[in-house]
Amino acid sequence: MSMTTTDPGVNRPSAALADDILLGWLRKMLLIREFEIRTMAAYQQAKIGGFCHIYNGQEAVVTGTFAAINDDDPIITAYRDHGHALARGMDPRHCMAEMYGRVSGCAKGKGGSMHMFDKPNWLFGGHGIVGAQTPVGAGLAFGAKYTHEVLKRGPKKVCLCFLGDGAINQGAFHEAMNLAGLFSIPVIYIIENNGYSMGTAIHRGTTMHDKLYKKAEANAIEPIEIDGMDVLNVYDKFKPYADMLREEQRPGFVDLKTYRYQGHSMSDPQKYRTKEEVGEYQDRDPINSLAHHVLSQRECLTEDEFKALQKEVKAQVKEAVAFAEADPAPDPEAELYSDVYANPQPNLSPIRDYVEGAKNPLL
Amino acid sequence: MANLTLVQAINLALTQEMEADSRVILLGEDVGKNGGVFRVTEGLQARFGADRVVDTPLAESGIMGSAIGLAMGGLRPVPEIQFEGFLGPAYDQLTNHAARYRTRSRGAVTIPMTVRVPVGGGIHAPELHSDSPEAIYAHTPGLKVVMPSTPYDAKGMLISAIRDPDPVIYFEPKRIYRAFREEVPEDEYTVPIGKAKIVEEGTDLTVISWGATVLQCIEAMDNLPEDLSIELIDMRTIYPIDVDTIVESVSKTGRCVIVHEAPRTCGFGAELATLIQEHCFLHLEAPVQRVAGFDTVMPYYKLELDYLPDAKRIAAGVMECAAY
Repeated sequence: MSMTTTDPGVNRPSAALADDILLGWLRKMLLIREFEIRTMAAYQQAKIGGFCHIYNGQEAVVTGTFAAINDDDPIITAYRDHGHALARGMDPRHCMAEMYGRVSGCAKGKGGSMHMFDKPNWLFGGHGIVGAQTPVGAGLAFGAKYTHEVLKRGPKKVCLCFLGDGAINQGAFHEAMNLAGLFSIPVIYIIENNGYSMGTAIHRGTTMHDKLYKKAEANAIEPIEIDGMDVLNVYDKFKPYADMLREEQRPGFVDLKTYRYQGHSMSDPQKYRTKEEVGEYQDRDPINSLAHHVLSQRECLTEDEFKALQKEVKAQVKEAVAFAEADPAPDPEAELYSDVYANPQPNLSPIRDYVEGAKNPLL
Repeated sequence: MANLTLVQAINLALTQEMEADSRVILLGEDVGKNGGVFRVTEGLQARFGADRVVDTPLAESGIMGSAIGLAMGGLRPVPEIQFEGFLGPAYDQLTNHAARYRTRSRGAVTIPMTVRVPVGGGIHAPELHSDSPEAIYAHTPGLKVVMPSTPYDAKGMLISAIRDPDPVIYFEPKRIYRAFREEVPEDEYTVPIGKAKIVEEGTDLTVISWGATVLQCIEAMDNLPEDLSIELIDMRTIYPIDVDTIVESVSKTGRCVIVHEAPRTCGFGAELATLIQEHCFLHLEAPVQRVAGFDTVMPYYKLELDYLPDAKRIAAGVMECAAY
């Protein structure tokens, strides 16, 4: 397998990227971080219902991997999905409105935090059942390959299917890996390995926790390990790997080592780890690392410009919150019985006929 | 016109839909080289190639999940689950995901997938190979559920299901796969999802059934007094429920017997009985009667003959309802 860790100086595709691209990554990561801070505040004020999983600490994962693929490559993920939606280009107003359960949300305020869909940006949802997205991701990639090879339409694609390290132990994932390996399906399983299955440390719940790649090898998938706390490293390692899998139309498995600063969900007392452990990772914070790179190494950003960028992002998120606050809740008359069927024929429900709902704001 | 069995009619529908639309692809356990455990897909891999008729590993969650992904990506997958009991491992994908993507994405993502599943008893197989779980899936908003009982309906409803933009579970009553033949048009045609069929018109009592038990009902009618005029309805589609046909019939006859293989308690018959009392209360001359499977795990081999509603039990139920 391709064992890779951070080894500066060797084969760094990011070195060839224009300054603007790296500044775009910095902006994206700042946006996700700021968005999540505001999300936590809104959740604590009970403006957001249900359950809420915060992405802080993992920003380099989506930023680096998305930068390495094409805009029309499908993405599918689990429930810690706000970062994926924002990194894929969803307007933070629609993302926040979704969590507020308002009509301008990406799913008209009916999906909530765990179900971010953005079809125009090829994001096929967050998923609330652990691991459930893994066979679906195989199907998305299988369909893309079929469309390219059999229907002779569309380019060669890869599908990025994200899952947490806890999801490795779901049966569906093993079925999906076997299918992907067997049929050479170009789905790349990205394990966002933050070391915890909710409150259970990986070594307490997963066999061969320090050699996860062997599980991929058992399914004829060539794996890779990447340190996910540094976005340049994520891009540098992932870009050639994804290019190869796209060209050869076969599956991948990335053990992407990352860390979440917040609890599993907003209601997690975090008895399973120490503040010192969290601090060790915060010392390697992905946003600070990239900021340091562009400020001090590339010198393509000044301190003043950085402050202005932070201010701009804060204002954008503040505006997204204001937008969500002002946005109306769905009208039960119009929305309770809509969007269940594409073909809402009579008698689907003897209680009441289904209707066409209002147009999805993202479509 | 050709004289076809139910299996042949399904095979013909698959062939024609695959000819007409290269987005239609089949996947399942042994559906390709072997033509499926019941030989429903016989010859299709030879004709359309292994890209379009895919032999999968024994992994129902993987089959269902990847079919969902195919559908999301713009194709028209037709996965086969070998026996209705094997829907268990695929249950999460089917009910938690396929059924809900449209709502969850508020109209952005739909799943045009047809899940073919042999269903029901009568082949001397044990439970998991003889069950009738249609009510479970009718209780899942977002799915459509059909169960044709004749070769003509089987072909026309399968074409409707494949063309439908929503996920459809297409149950195939395995007991009558080869029980009889019927004239089936060569050309493509559709039988609408959501329309019940009046098999025989009558005025005194309505019998409602679906799947293989429709044949038991016909057999039972041969042994009933000639002056008792029975109207027999084959639901064909479980969900959406054709309330109009039922209500019109029971309002006319005032008496109704519902026959199904599944366990009686919370079976689909319970929903129909409720709808009938809601809509036909003032027309009813007798309580709605149910002749159904027992509330047990489907028994194996000979004992299944005691479990399944047969012509004798159906006739007894009809006479009891008629005499009330």
